[in-house]
Amino acid sequence: MFRLLCLLASLLLIPAASQAQESFEATAAPLAGSFTAQAEAVERLGALGDPRALPLLQALAEGRLQKQADGTLLIAQNGAVREALSGAPAAGPGEVVRINNRVRAALRGALGRLQLMSPEEAVRAAAAEGLFRSRSAENIPLLEQALARETVPAVGRRMEMALAAARLMSGDVATRRAGIATLGASSSAEARGLLLEARAAGAETADGIDAAIAAIDGRLKLRQMAETAFQGLSLGSILLLAALGLAVTFGVMGVINMAHGEMVMLGAYTTVMVQEALRGIPWLAAWSLPLSVPAAFLVTAAVGVALERGLIRHLYGRPLETLLMTFGVGMILQQAVRLIFGAQNREVVSPAWMQGTLTLPGDVTVTQNRLWIILFALVVLGLTVAAIRFTRFGLEMRAVVQNRRIAATMGIRTGRVDAMTFAFGSGIAGMAGVAVSQIDNVSPNLGTGYIIDSFMVVVFGGVGSLAGTMIGAFTLGLVNKMLEPWAGAVLAKIAVLVGIMLFIQRRPKGLFALRGRAAEQ
Amino acid sequence: MSATTAHPPVRTALRPGLVLRGLLLGGLAILALLPVLNQLPQDSALHVSDFVVAVSGKWICYAILALAIDLAWGYAGILSLGHGAFFALGGYAMGMHLMRLIGPRGVYGHPVLPDFMVFLGWTELPWYWWGFQHFPFALLMALAVPGLLAGLVGWLAFRSRITGVYLSIITQAMTYALMLAFFRNDMGFGGNNGFTDFKELLGMPLNTSGARAALFYAALLALGAALLLCRHIARSKLGRVLVAVRDAESRLRFLGYDTTAVKLSVFVLSAMIAGLAGALYVPLVGIINPGEFSPGNSIEAVVWVAVGGRGTLVGALLGAFSVNALKTWLTSFAPDLWLFVLGGLFVAVTLLLPRGLAGLFRREEGR
Amino acid sequence: MIGGVEGRLYLDGVSVVFDGFRALNALSLIIEPGELRAIIGPNGAGKTTMMDIITGKTRPTAGTVSFGEHDLTRMDEAEIANLGIGRKFQKPTVFDALTVFENLELALKAPRDPWSCLRWRLAEGARRRIETVMEEIGLTERARDRAAILSHGQRQWLEIGMLLIQEPRLLLVDEPVAGMTDQETESTAALLRGIAGRRSVVVVEHDLEFVRALGSKVTVLCEGSVLSEGSIDHVQNDPRVIEVYLGR
Repeated sequence: MFRLLCLLASLLLIPAASQAQESFEATAAPLAGSFTAQAEAVERLGALGDPRALPLLQALAEGRLQKQADGTLLIAQNGAVREALSGAPAAGPGEVVRINNRVRAALRGALGRLQLMSPEEAVRAAAAEGLFRSRSAENIPLLEQALARETVPAVGRRMEMALAAARLMSGDVATRRAGIATLGASSSAEARGLLLEARAAGAETADGIDAAIAAIDGRLKLRQMAETAFQGLSLGSILLLAALGLAVTFGVMGVINMAHGEMVMLGAYTTVMVQEALRGIPWLAAWSLPLSVPAAFLVTAAVGVALERGLIRHLYGRPLETLLMTFGVGMILQQAVRLIFGAQNREVVSPAWMQGTLTLPGDVTVTQNRLWIILFALVVLGLTVAAIRFTRFGLEMRAVVQNRRIAATMGIRTGRVDAMTFAFGSGIAGMAGVAVSQIDNVSPNLGTGYIIDSFMVVVFGGVGSLAGTMIGAFTLGLVNKMLEPWAGAVLAKIAVLVGIMLFIQRRPKGLFALRGRAAEQ
Repeated sequence: MSATTAHPPVRTALRPGLVLRGLLLGGLAILALLPVLNQLPQDSALHVSDFVVAVSGKWICYAILALAIDLAWGYAGILSLGHGAFFALGGYAMGMHLMRLIGPRGVYGHPVLPDFMVFLGWTELPWYWWGFQHFPFALLMALAVPGLLAGLVGWLAFRSRITGVYLSIITQAMTYALMLAFFRNDMGFGGNNGFTDFKELLGMPLNTSGARAALFYAALLALGAALLLCRHIARSKLGRVLVAVRDAESRLRFLGYDTTAVKLSVFVLSAMIAGLAGALYVPLVGIINPGEFSPGNSIEAVVWVAVGGRGTLVGALLGAFSVNALKTWLTSFAPDLWLFVLGGLFVAVTLLLPRGLAGLFRREEGR
Repeated sequence: MIGGVEGRLYLDGVSVVFDGFRALNALSLIIEPGELRAIIGPNGAGKTTMMDIITGKTRPTAGTVSFGEHDLTRMDEAEIANLGIGRKFQKPTVFDALTVFENLELALKAPRDPWSCLRWRLAEGARRRIETVMEEIGLTERARDRAAILSHGQRQWLEIGMLLIQEPRLLLVDEPVAGMTDQETESTAALLRGIAGRRSVVVVEHDLEFVRALGSKVTVLCEGSVLSEGSIDHVQNDPRVIEVYLGR
């Protein structure tokens, strides 16, 4: 009790900085003395709250504190020895200051206290985390003090958790109940673990603990669902990007382009190229990713035009031959990229604004880059729909799709529309490549994994329907991620493939089927 | 009186020119001689190396696979991009038999369990490995498993009228899914590494030239049998029905043909032939791993048929041998170039030579 | 059940809706065994859709379709064909890669399952039957030619031959004389008249002269239902028919 009072008294002294400074050196001096003197000095330093005490006490705890014959304290760090108080280089190494268990115990408390009061947010957070783990009822007043002073909400929440954990160890039932209530209001798996332990320890508060655990479980489940949903949406957005171009070339034109995955790959490599080209221009380098989007669109659209005019055009009405031929083209593109850029993965640096994670309410964490990709996918979808609905090109494209001959008699140059449509679809694939470069390895065979998935999305959603493609992509993404936890990634993928096959049994034309005479062919 | 004698010369689609027939018979005869020439002394002018025999044995298996693809694609118009899966499944069935025959000679010396199972800490043989110590059972499975899978996939697809590129992609997805599955260790098929280090088959140690010759002749015999079977089908009324399915399936339905049953039966048969090819392939090359399921393999096999000329059977053989010869030759000195050439073959054959090499030897069809 | 008479085609209240468009609207029609019936109507009247419904290509949204005691709405194309309902398409579809002989051989009434096809041997009787039909359709000379190189009229005839050789109980013939010369048209009418009596024949045609030559009962379809029915003279004088064809 005396110690507690001492502590409280000393805490009150902290604001009086001048006093504290004056007495710091005097307070520290006994660290070189007897174990009893050391223990008292440690406690007083801890109470003092001077930031200089922290390295000193850490050194003592870690056996790096030395003393010279005259009692001057030295700190050894990284092979160098400096005077503890002045920071000046020491003449030579001294004798290591030894401590006993009593001092050690004092050190733990003092260090925790000092860290909890540290001016640095990160140090305070780490200290709270440490106290949460070491949980001891002795820390209750200390944590209460620190919590009252805390101004940063995030750190405050950690301290609350540490306090609750400490309260859980209290002898007093009411205190324990308060701790249980706090822990139960959280949604952390660790809190749940503590509660389980406490339940095994004593029966008095069992009912409260059970309720708290149930509450945590409910929230954990919700959070998990939210995170699964996000992962599903993220996968869905990638599928959407990859499938959107295919929905145009296959869904609208009826041309099956097996080199579609390679268009995605070319888009990713364009991103690499743009990044490398802008590396020397600092003010532009930060914008390399946004600049890659139009670049990738143009590059792949150009390849698309060449492919359509040069080769595919000669095979209209022969889908199986088109499939084989474009597969060959994909192979050539892959090998060309492999020879030019090498077979190993290329790295694309994410800009700072895409890095890191975002914590949503309920402790749901999402990675920023995936969030951006979801947004990007929706924007690309919107632009695609707009291009088809509202532009002259879109109008001509729809006209050619519905009736090529009549469109031609009305003066639409169908060959040019074909080329542009194919370029458009390929360009979208290129933009997908920009997004893919952010989450996947950029390698020559990057595209191989996407062609089957994209095709499944288009077939599932309904050939010729962009809305179907979107819903198909997100559905497949979500289903895949929901299956993953209990089936594993590979089996989930297989299950989705089998599921699609069974689905087309019931709806051979996909979710959004076109009907009428046009769909009969 | 048979259908062919009733109106003989019209079946040009099945009656290759004399050159082609000569090429076929000559080629098969040369193949049959290879193991014999291999036995000649090294300094003999006619001696062929072990390498040539081994490589030709592989090509024979590929040719059987190509026949299977031609039957489904060239006749019935079913372009399967998953025939490599049937081939691999047949190979795995035979591989399981070969693994069981290793017995206690494995690295870990376990009397029953293959090495990889001991390595994974398994203590019992999974139920689906039962029976594979018997050769006839393994052979039966090499045919039945691909047949059943083709039956299931085909039934699901054909009955919902999934045709053309849709079917192609679904079969590709099938082989892709199987590849992913076979890469998993817990499937019990050796994961990544598959099966290898085989010791013997039917009591013959596999590393002798006698065993190699026997396997070679077995494959050649199977090729001949598969060719005769496919030719018999192609020349029967069923062959004409297949062509009708390929060209105008819905019209045929209005004539009262159950086209689903027709396609399903030919697809299953084709898968079984592919399975047989795989079963012969594995003891010849001494290894099978999940890479055989890779979609690229299946589509490469389709190109053999396209290059040779589909719907002719002989073309399938021609294509399988010529493309693989080109591959072996090219990869020996310019491996980087091979994928360009293969890709180029896809493009060239579809654009410039839709009837394949066999088409070059042919009279113009129908007068 | 009223449709249960053996060999009678019975449509009652049949409607087909494609995306809100009513191709057939409560169509009712009975074709008695052995009857020859011509069906006419303007474009979009639902003639081809009606054929699609009978042969199982399209499923009706509502209504009854039966042949004898068989409910056709529950059967697929092949099953319906095997009941003895044969169809000739508007656009002649024959198997281009096969010869005339082979086209007829495929259509010849015989077991259709794959195994039977594999074991099929052309018996003398079957061969004579094919030769007889080739005679009838005037393609004996071209037996060994691939269908791809036939003229348009010859393809029409080949398809009619394929229909005949199936020995159907009901023939559905969609615009058989399109692209034929007058003389060919005349002999087609004679052929169809000859078939009727033994089998029911439904002919869809635009050519009113041809319909007159058939000399059968005529049904006029308009907007998916029956507008008028009777002899050719009757329907030609029906004011509603005149309005549909000439009016507005």
